[in-house]
Amino acid sequence: MTPDARGGTEPHWRRDFPIDWPEAQWVARREFVKFLMPVSLAFAVGQLWLVWRGWQRSAAPGPPVARIARVSDAPVGGAMLFEYPVGSPSRLLVRVDGATFVAYEQQCTHLTCPVLPAVERGELVCPCHHGVFELRTGRPIAGPPRRPLARVALDVRDGWVVATGIEARTA
Amino acid sequence: MPVPEHLEFFIDPSRCIGCQACVQACRECDSHKGQTMIQLDYIDRSLSTQTVPVVCMHCDVPTCAEVCPADAIKRTEDGIVQTARKPRCIACNNCVLACPFGVPKMQTSMNLMMKCDLCYDRTSVGLMPMCATVCPSQALHYGTREEIERLRPRSTPIDTFQFGAQVIHTRVRMMVPRNTPPAAIDVTGAFDLAPAPQDMAPDPMLANLYVEEPVG
Repeated sequence: MTPDARGGTEPHWRRDFPIDWPEAQWVARREFVKFLMPVSLAFAVGQLWLVWRGWQRSAAPGPPVARIARVSDAPVGGAMLFEYPVGSPSRLLVRVDGATFVAYEQQCTHLTCPVLPAVERGELVCPCHHGVFELRTGRPIAGPPRRPLARVALDVRDGWVVATGIEARTA
Repeated sequence: MPVPEHLEFFIDPSRCIGCQACVQACRECDSHKGQTMIQLDYIDRSLSTQTVPVVCMHCDVPTCAEVCPADAIKRTEDGIVQTARKPRCIACNNCVLACPFGVPKMQTSMNLMMKCDLCYDRTSVGLMPMCATVCPSQALHYGTREEIERLRPRSTPIDTFQFGAQVIHTRVRMMVPRNTPPAAIDVTGAFDLAPAPQDMAPDPMLANLYVEEPVG
């Protein structure tokens, strides 16, 4: 009975917005299953899509081997910017000691500010939020970044430092 | 925890002395945010000292909830119509205008309709509502039906009200004379009364009486 006492039935939408609290909290098993099936299907499809994307990324050929700098031009403790491949965001080459070169993407993994080398401390420092990366490995050691910097695989051939590939790392 | 089914709220207006203790006690309830939600109505202040405490009657078909466009007024499993849910209430005043008993109050400072919820934080853990706790003349009583029938041999509780064509059954009971109980209490009956005969001589005692009407 509606409150206007005309004896009509409750409007249809009242079933979706009941006055009584327990009815509003109640979910039928069939409704729950109807919700659960597409959602679990979507999760499964999403997992397969992630696997496919990972396979696609690993199967794609990396950039070609490129010369970056002469070994004789790079002082120990010095750093230089380079593009590898040409046209990509700048990367940072650092000569840690006589035989050790490291190269990373210059974008901080927190909010993509350019990181600056602090070779004497053995660190790469992002000035935006004081994120600190280890110079030899590129791993985050302080501040907001949680992922390591993307590393460029290097080799020394015929007096040249050459880039042979990019290691995109997530952990 | 729901309010126990066997405990009921009884209003006995004939016992009300208008002391406002219930009005003050209502503020103290933790869920009332310092606002009082019981009203003390004067029947006809110039002629009588009679007062009536008005709490929410907790209707079986709550008109306030029926008219709410925002689905803000909900009734819990024990039949208690709750204050509007704060995230939903749009302060439209529909419930304030629709309630036959004039219970919902719009708190404009909060943009929230608040109403008597039978002190849900107290009654749901087995305590009495604040107003029934303090009432010195037992005009507000919270207890079992057997208890009230033993305490009030000349009254009987009634739960049926008439509001125009609408018949309302309530969870809160009103006490009426036991020997001549009405079928229903006509809420708007006072509007339908015939006007007083005009040829009645004015009462000299009342003619020069200055009556201060309640403000607000």
